[in-house]
Amino acid sequence: MTSKAELQSIEEENRELEKERAKIARDGPDLTGAALAARLERTWRRPPGIVGWLSTVDHKEIGRRYIVTALIFLALGGALSILMRLQLARPDSNLISAARYNELFTMHGSTMMFLFAVPVMEGVALYVIPLIIGTRNGTFPRLNAFSYYLYLFGGLMLWGAFALNIAPDVGWFAYPPLSGPEFSPGKRADVWAQMITFTEVSALAAAVVLVTTILKARAPGMTLARMPLYAWAMLVVAVMIIFSMPAIALCSSMLISDRLVGTHFYNAAEHGDPLLWQHLFWFFGHPEVYIIFLPATGFVSVIVETFCRRPIFAYPVVVLALVSTGILSFGLWVHHMFATGLPRVGYSFYTAASMTVAIPTGLQIFCWLATMWDGRPRFAVPMLHVVGFIVTFVIGGLTGVMVAAVPLDLQLHDTYFVVAHFHYVLIGGAVFPLLGALTYWYPKITGRMMSETLGKIGFWMIFLGFQLAFFPMHIAGMMGMPRRVYTYPAGLGLELPNLLSTIGALVVALAVLLFVINGVVSLYRGAIAPDDPWDAASLEWATSSPPPVYNFAHIPVVESRTPLWDVDGELPVVTGLRVDDKEQLLTTVVDAEPDVREPIPEASPWPFISAVATGVLFISSIFSPWAIPVGAIPVAIALTAWFWPKDMKRQPEPVII
Amino acid sequence: MIRSVRFTEDLSHLPTHKFGTSSITWWGVIGFMVIEGVAFALTFAAYFFLMGHEQGWPPEGRPAPNVVAGTIFTIVILLSEIPNTSIKKAALAHDVGTIRALMPVMVVVGVVLLIIRAFEFNSLNCLWTDNAYGSIVWALLLLHTTHILTDWFDTVVLYALVRTRQAYEGRRMEDVDENSLYWRYVWLLWLPIYLMIYWVPRL
Repeated sequence: MTSKAELQSIEEENRELEKERAKIARDGPDLTGAALAARLERTWRRPPGIVGWLSTVDHKEIGRRYIVTALIFLALGGALSILMRLQLARPDSNLISAARYNELFTMHGSTMMFLFAVPVMEGVALYVIPLIIGTRNGTFPRLNAFSYYLYLFGGLMLWGAFALNIAPDVGWFAYPPLSGPEFSPGKRADVWAQMITFTEVSALAAAVVLVTTILKARAPGMTLARMPLYAWAMLVVAVMIIFSMPAIALCSSMLISDRLVGTHFYNAAEHGDPLLWQHLFWFFGHPEVYIIFLPATGFVSVIVETFCRRPIFAYPVVVLALVSTGILSFGLWVHHMFATGLPRVGYSFYTAASMTVAIPTGLQIFCWLATMWDGRPRFAVPMLHVVGFIVTFVIGGLTGVMVAAVPLDLQLHDTYFVVAHFHYVLIGGAVFPLLGALTYWYPKITGRMMSETLGKIGFWMIFLGFQLAFFPMHIAGMMGMPRRVYTYPAGLGLELPNLLSTIGALVVALAVLLFVINGVVSLYRGAIAPDDPWDAASLEWATSSPPPVYNFAHIPVVESRTPLWDVDGELPVVTGLRVDDKEQLLTTVVDAEPDVREPIPEASPWPFISAVATGVLFISSIFSPWAIPVGAIPVAIALTAWFWPKDMKRQPEPVII
Repeated sequence: MIRSVRFTEDLSHLPTHKFGTSSITWWGVIGFMVIEGVAFALTFAAYFFLMGHEQGWPPEGRPAPNVVAGTIFTIVILLSEIPNTSIKKAALAHDVGTIRALMPVMVVVGVVLLIIRAFEFNSLNCLWTDNAYGSIVWALLLLHTTHILTDWFDTVVLYALVRTRQAYEGRRMEDVDENSLYWRYVWLLWLPIYLMIYWVPRL
């Protein structure tokens, strides 16, 4: 199969390539400063124009798009909540019909969970992680681009369906039999299930990118024991995504097949079981909550460290708390199903497990408090959000421990008490730290500072508005108001809590609007940000604001947990990466010893084209099962073109084009 | 604030490709294996969850699947590990000749397996529309067929690539190595599915 002539010509070629290899330009003491920056800029910038825009594989560009898209979906989902609150402001209101109200809460929940919360956390990570661990790009950058476009198409499909009046109306967890073929004819439930497929494939792809980036691309010397806590949090989260999201992809595929080709997975009349859905859904759904919450704890650790000017107290405890929260979150799902009837031992086990998860979370909170106690806190806007987070999240955590007790849960199940609880943990636990983190990294991303005054006003508005909106829901729930009702009769004492909630929701909406205004205005009017405006410790602040397309001119070396505080202005670096092609340094998993010089794929339109082909397959399979075998052909072609080398000529050192 | 840099070490001597845990694509492949593994494990869980509700399995005294096609499939896929191992070893040794000779064997094996698989669907003695038992058995077999089909296609594309001079790039050997690794996963996952489809209903 290999002729002698071929082997000979290969050997000759190898000798030629060896000679050329010696001529490759690399960074080092002889090539540094402005000359190096100019060469790297030439090598790394993406092609111009719309095709270049769609072909980009820069983690910063993809991360920014993720964040902006997710914030737009936050605004859309928030607008729906305002509509619901206006409807509920008064008893017996006729503003919105019962059927439309079903669509609103389904769209609100689905948008917030699948199109805002998870993607925004991934987007921030895709932007920040390669910088904070000191590398030039995420690994698998084309997969990264693919994941963004799938997410975008999934969101456009859901909101397109809403505009066309075929929005899902079966709740964000779409329980059969309600969502099954018998009780939900038409395509509404299928739109929901296929939105799931889009966002889950996208989230899984992004999770693989994050895990491999964090494990393999850290700067030399950044051992696991020196890794920033935000990277630890995202590592745990990405592994959790990998273990949990297949569950919902599987159960929503089974739902589609029940509806489209007549399987009976959830049909009790034909030996199926609707409870199978609940098990599979919550096997994903419970870890999902921590997938949203743990990135926020990473933000908090970073912000507390920077604004208290002290390394986080008891770093190993925080790491162990992150890991154990991740593991425990897979043992809790049945507490969402207490009302379905369980064996006695099941009640006890899942109550105990649900209460246990409060322990690592509590440990993290005490570590942050100890850091603040021992440090010198500066209450800038990001730090204010952290304080707001701790107060609000602790209240939400306590109501969580309350509903972990079965007798109380059976009383409060499906009431507004639960609505209050999960908004306390999700908005308090994730959105407050997110707003803090966006303020914190805004200068790095844009090169400008956000307005401190507007930020402080916005913080107090959202913090107080939030308490006004959601605290009364505890009361309404204990008075027996069920969730998901489009109205309630007068005279039950529900008028006041509901009116207060509506006023609070409007304040929260104004605060978010203020945040957006601050973000947009600061883009043009904000003070120019220096490289390290907060005097922080981690590597993303060692490069310019905004970072150049190649992130770091020389790859930094890490010698401690808080590198920038310990190097006294002189950053140790390694050299020898080529500058005429995109190259990245891979290191070993535990000790971060330099291991391989890895070529980074060039920009390519194929991830976008593959995502379009995949999107066509997903959307058309709502209507016909044949869409899957037929639609798989363009997907296979696009993926092959993505992988196939565009130039078969052998290079002195590998390139990916 | 960083004012200057201190040069520590020149890394231009580092290799540009390595096998196993040093290879970034190896980690990617493992990542996707775990994702698929979780999906399969949960399908297995769904199978036993549905079975736990029943007096008989298959329910209503229906016949269990015929074992002949599935057993032949199992034997062939286990035997395919022999050329697969040779290819994997050849990749580690950068032995392009052996790889070019044996990859067509794996392509043919894939086709043979897909043909046997068609007979398997025919020997299930149920349709997916019959009841939940039929649905889950079809789901198991269909999921695994997708697995075979994707890896077969991957092998075809890779074979086309190693027939070019690209075969002498070290990174292509990583691809071959990892494709063989993936094939091991495909047949390992088949073994519990084989038991669940053909033998659990006979217990």
